[in-house]
Amino acid sequence: MASLITCPHCGVRPKEEFTIRGDASRGRPEPMDTDEAWHDYVYVRANPRGRTLEHWHHVAGCRRFLVVERDTATHAVYSVVDAAEFVRRAEQ
Amino acid sequence: MRYSAFSLVRNALSGNLNWKPQWRQPQPKPHYDVIIVGGGGHGLSTAYYLAKEFGVKNVAVLEKSYLGSGNVGRNTTIVRSNYMLPGNEPFYEFSMKLWEGLEQDLNYNVMLSQRGVIMLYHSDGQRDAYVRRGNAMWMEGVAAELIEREQLKKMIPFLNYDHARYPILGGLLQRRAGTARHDAVAWGYARGADQHGVDIIEHCEVTGIRRENGVVMGVETTKGFIGCGKLALAAAGNTSRVGEMADLKLPLESHVLQAFVTEGLKPCIDHVIVYGGGHFYISQSDKGGLVFGAEIDGYSSYAQRGNLATAEHVMEEGVTMIPGLSRVRVLRAWGGVMDMSMDGSPIIDRTSIDNLYLNCGWCYGGFKATPASGYCFAHLIAKNDTHPVARALRLDRFARGYAVDEAGAGPQPNLH
Ligand SMILES: Cc1cc2nc3c(=O)[nH]c(=O)nc-3n(C[C@H](O)[C@H](O)[C@H](O)COP(=O)(O)OP(=O)(O)OC[C@H]3O[C@@H](n4cnc5c(N)ncnc54)[C@H](O)[C@@H]3O)c2cc1C
Ligand SMILES: [Zn+2]
Repeated sequence: MASLITCPHCGVRPKEEFTIRGDASRGRPEPMDTDEAWHDYVYVRANPRGRTLEHWHHVAGCRRFLVVERDTATHAVYSVVDAAEFVRRAEQ
Repeated sequence: MRYSAFSLVRNALSGNLNWKPQWRQPQPKPHYDVIIVGGGGHGLSTAYYLAKEFGVKNVAVLEKSYLGSGNVGRNTTIVRSNYMLPGNEPFYEFSMKLWEGLEQDLNYNVMLSQRGVIMLYHSDGQRDAYVRRGNAMWMEGVAAELIEREQLKKMIPFLNYDHARYPILGGLLQRRAGTARHDAVAWGYARGADQHGVDIIEHCEVTGIRRENGVVMGVETTKGFIGCGKLALAAAGNTSRVGEMADLKLPLESHVLQAFVTEGLKPCIDHVIVYGGGHFYISQSDKGGLVFGAEIDGYSSYAQRGNLATAEHVMEEGVTMIPGLSRVRVLRAWGGVMDMSMDGSPIIDRTSIDNLYLNCGWCYGGFKATPASGYCFAHLIAKNDTHPVARALRLDRFARGYAVDEAGAGPQPNLH
């Protein structure tokens, strides 16, 4: 249940401690990318029913950005990693 | 069968055994001129106006569950037109006017109750914002009144005026606003559409959209393939899923909003009261239960239930505003899945596919829009032309830089 998020730095915390920034699966376009690329990034969402990757910001805790993998239908949380760690793993 | 005092008496005297079903249960025909996906308020009102106002008779509404199982039967029933932006206010006022004639038009009691909606303010800055909103309403010809604290105390004595963080300084009142019985709205439109020849097909889920050379031919459903000339989507919280069947990528996120109802009380709350400090809103139903809700749960969700932390937060807000609420028992709570758009305003438009039409993004404010949404969507489908009051609500507004951002929250759906 997404009411509780296990922060890798702080442990199990209620979701009220976090703000949610949404989709973490896409990268930000380059500044001079096309209008379409920016429109897509800012406004368009895949909005899946099922597994999704999201940025959750632990505002009332360690203040780190986290990447939470969770199911939007069941609210089950599969994994929580620090956003920097997430990028590191993606680059490997 | 038309309803009247006479029909009531006649049916009462014959033991209520002769009432007819309110709509037929037809089998799908192989082909319709227009298929509407979604038997919520908007799908049904679209079908009704298509048939009645625009003469398009060969229409089907496909609903995956039973009629009214979606948000039309899950909302807190508030009907108002106290918006600020020029793209929104004429649209919601058009809806308000349709509400005011709806019972006569449908010959159906939707229990429209114009008890007044008052939005409270707690700071000078918020007061200024509400004065501005009131003025914006007057400029569209819609009456609004600023009620100062002392006057408000006489009107609504039971509020917590001296809360340390959110003292109540006054409110903006729209007297014509109020509530309607949400189920009856769905049933009334369904009955009206059915009487004009529309086939309402329940328990028929759309599972695919068949296209040939880019043109929509019909839909795959759990009752087989059904062909159509035009396809109109009104699937509320599931629009992204249905849109995906035609490769549409949409500016939507699905979020859950909860509602709560208490045990029945004697009449005690005369208005719809909206707590500007925390987004809490409450009214009393005609049966006596207090109906209330607050903010969305905060993260994307397709579950038609909410989380407990948010329920607790809603209760806290309610008790902050009305301390006496702490002694009332909550009987029921539920959630609804809404598609939150990127600017908090709806979308009524054609899509990049010629005969595919889109009605979505109603966020948590679409119940009040039910009549206007249906009317404008029907206008668009029938004439291929946007209705004048829905011009600002087009899909390409984000790309053009004309978002209709009533809350000023930016492209962050969970903040609208
Ligand atoms: C708790 C809550 C409180 C709210 N309070 C208010 C309020 O006070 N005032 C207000 O103005 N608005 C309010 N709203 C918002 C309002 O309820 C919605 O914006 C509005 O009802 C949406 O339009 P609809 O009635 O057509 O949606 P729905 O009734 O949800 O209709 C959509 C239908 O599409 C069907 N469907 C989906 N996918 C498929 C498919 N593949 N095949 C076939 N059928 C499908 C669904 O089953 C559903 O019945 C509230 C919403 C919630 C959840
Ligand atoms: Zn943390």
